[in-house]
Amino acid sequence: MRKESILPLSGFSLRQKLTWLAAVLMGLMLVAVNVGVYRGTVDFYFTGVLVVAWINVILAVSLNLINGFTGQFSLGHAGFMAVGAYVSALLTIHLNWPFPVVLLLGALVAALLGFFIGLPTLRLRGDYLAIATLGFGEIVRVVLLNLDITGGPRGLGGIFPKTTFFSAEVLAALTIIVIGNIIRSSHGRAFIAVREDEIAAEAMGIDTTRYKVLAFAIGAAFAGLAGGLFAHHQMFIDPRSFTFQRSIEILVMVVLGGLGSITGSVIAAFVLTILPEALRGMAEYRMIVYALLLIGLMLVRPQGLLGTKELRDMLGIDRVRWLKAEQPAAGALKSHGGDGR
Amino acid sequence: MQEVIQQLVNGISLGSIYGLIALGYTMVYGIIRLINFAHGDIYMIGAFVGYFAIRNFNLSFLPALLVAMAVCAALGTAIERLAYRPLRNSTRIAALITAIGVSFLIQNAALLAWTPDPRSYPDVFPLRTYEIGGVFVDNRQITILSVAVALMVVLHYIVNFTQIGRAMRAVAIDADTARLMGIDVDRVISFTFALGSALAAAAGVLVGIYYNRIEPTMGAMPGLKAFVAAVLGGIGVIPGAMLGGLVMGVAEVAVVALTASTWKDAVAFAILIVILLVKPAGLLGRQVREKV
Repeated sequence: MRKESILPLSGFSLRQKLTWLAAVLMGLMLVAVNVGVYRGTVDFYFTGVLVVAWINVILAVSLNLINGFTGQFSLGHAGFMAVGAYVSALLTIHLNWPFPVVLLLGALVAALLGFFIGLPTLRLRGDYLAIATLGFGEIVRVVLLNLDITGGPRGLGGIFPKTTFFSAEVLAALTIIVIGNIIRSSHGRAFIAVREDEIAAEAMGIDTTRYKVLAFAIGAAFAGLAGGLFAHHQMFIDPRSFTFQRSIEILVMVVLGGLGSITGSVIAAFVLTILPEALRGMAEYRMIVYALLLIGLMLVRPQGLLGTKELRDMLGIDRVRWLKAEQPAAGALKSHGGDGR
Repeated sequence: MQEVIQQLVNGISLGSIYGLIALGYTMVYGIIRLINFAHGDIYMIGAFVGYFAIRNFNLSFLPALLVAMAVCAALGTAIERLAYRPLRNSTRIAALITAIGVSFLIQNAALLAWTPDPRSYPDVFPLRTYEIGGVFVDNRQITILSVAVALMVVLHYIVNFTQIGRAMRAVAIDADTARLMGIDVDRVISFTFALGSALAAAAGVLVGIYYNRIEPTMGAMPGLKAFVAAVLGGIGVIPGAMLGGLVMGVAEVAVVALTASTWKDAVAFAILIVILLVKPAGLLGRQVREKV
C-alpha cells in the first residue's frame, strides 16, 4: 500500500510539473507587468505593444471559435474588425459617446453583419466559404475606401486615445471567459460536433446552419470589439489597417496555437506580437517567417503547438489534491486527460 | 454604341487574361480539389521572368513568353512536389492553409528581391492603334487575344486528344480508380500543375505588355479574380474558366466605365457571392450531390 502524499502535485509527471512551473512563472510575470504598468514603470512604447497583444488575443480567440472549434474556414476576420473600428471611432468623433457604449455598438454592428453574411454563405463548405469570407473582407475594404464618412483612403484621424492597458486586458480576459464558457456549454458541444462531422451532427438533431451562423456572429462581435479597441489605441485608422494580410496574421496565430485551443491562441497572440517587436531589425522578413511558419506547421505539426489542449488539461487541474472536492475512484482518473473528444 | 463596343473590346482583352489564369485554378481544383492560392503569385513570377528575359537577355516577345512559361511550369511542379504532395492525405483545410502560406512566401520573397516599386515593362513592340468604325483596337490587345486563343487551342488539344490528357480527365473523375487502371496519378498531378503554371506565366507576360507595369504584389488581386472567374464558369470545367474570365473582364470594365474605378475590386467578389448563392456549380458546371 503506497503512502498517500499530502503534496498538491504528488503523482504528476515531470512534464506536468514543468507545465505548472511555467504557468506559475507566466502568472507572476503577468502580475509584475500589471503592477509595473499601474505604477508607470513600464515604458510607454512597451505598454503600447502589450495593448496590441491583448487586442490580438481577442482577435485570435474569436477567430478560433469560428475556425478552430466550429471548423468553418473564415478569411474575413479583418473585415469585422474594420467594421467595429469604424463604427466605434465615428461614434466617438461625432457624438463623443462613452467608450464602453461605443465599443459595444461596434461589436453589435459587426455581429449583425456577421449574422447577415453568415446566413447565406455558411451553406457553403470549406474552401468555398474561405473564398466567400475573403471576398466579404475585400468588399468591406472597398466600401470603406469609397464612403465619404469614413474619410476614404485618407482614413479617420483624431480618435481620442481611450484604450488603456487595463481596458484591453479586462476585455481580453472577458473574451477568453465568455468564449471558454460557450465552448463548454451545450452550444459549444454543438459547435464541436459541427466541426467533427456535419452530417453526423445533423443526424443527432443539431441545426448545423444555426450553430454555424451563431459561431460566426459571436466571432464577428469580438472581432468588432477588438477593432474598437484598436481604433482608440492607434488614434488613426484607414482601410490599409484591415487588409487580407491582417486576416492572415490572425489566422497564423490561431493555427500556431492550435485550431481548437484557447490557451494556444492566447500564447500565440502574445508571442507573435512581442517577438516581431524584439526582432525589429528583421522587420522585412516578418511576413516570410509567417509564411514559412504556416507551411512548416502544416507539414510537421498540423494541429499547431497545443492541438486542442487547454491549460486546464495540461495542468490536470481536476487532479490537484488541494483543489479536489472529493476523492474520485481510482478508475475515474483514467478517463480524464483527453477532453472528451 | 461605339462606346459600348469599345468597352467590350477592352473587357475581352482583360477577360482573356483572367481566363488564362483561371484555367490553372480550374484544372488543379478539378484534379486535387485544392484552391491553389499560390497560382496568382506564379502569374506574377511569370511576368517578372518575361521582364528579365526581354530586358537582360534581349529576347523578343515569343521566346520570352516561352522562357517564362517554362520557368513557371518548373516552379509550379516544384511547389506541388514540396508543399502540397506531403499533404495529399490530410484535411483540405491543412492543404488550403499551406497554399496560403506558399502564396505569402512567394510574394514576400519577391518583395524582398525586387523591391515593392513598380517597374515599367520593356517595349517589345511599339504601340500601334487601329480604328475600325470608330472603335480603337491596338496591336497589344490583338496580341493578347491571339496568344490566349492559341494557348487555349493547344490546351484543348492536350486535354482531349492526347494520352496524358485522357489520364488527366480520368484522375479528375476518380483518382483511385484511375490508379487501379495503371495511371501514374502523381505524374498526372505534376503535369497539371506544370500546364496551369505555364498558362499563368503567359498571362503574366501579356499583362506586363498590356499595362506596361509589373510589381511583386500584382498577383494577389488578379489571382483572386481569376479564381472567381473559375467558380463563375464552373470549377473543374475548362471552357467554363475561359467563359468566366471573359464575363469577369467585361463586368469589371463596365463597372469602371459606369462608376468610379475604385469600385472595380468589389465587383469580382459581389459576383462570387451571388453565383455561390444562386448557382454554386457555376455557369457551365453540373450540380453534383456530395456523397455521404
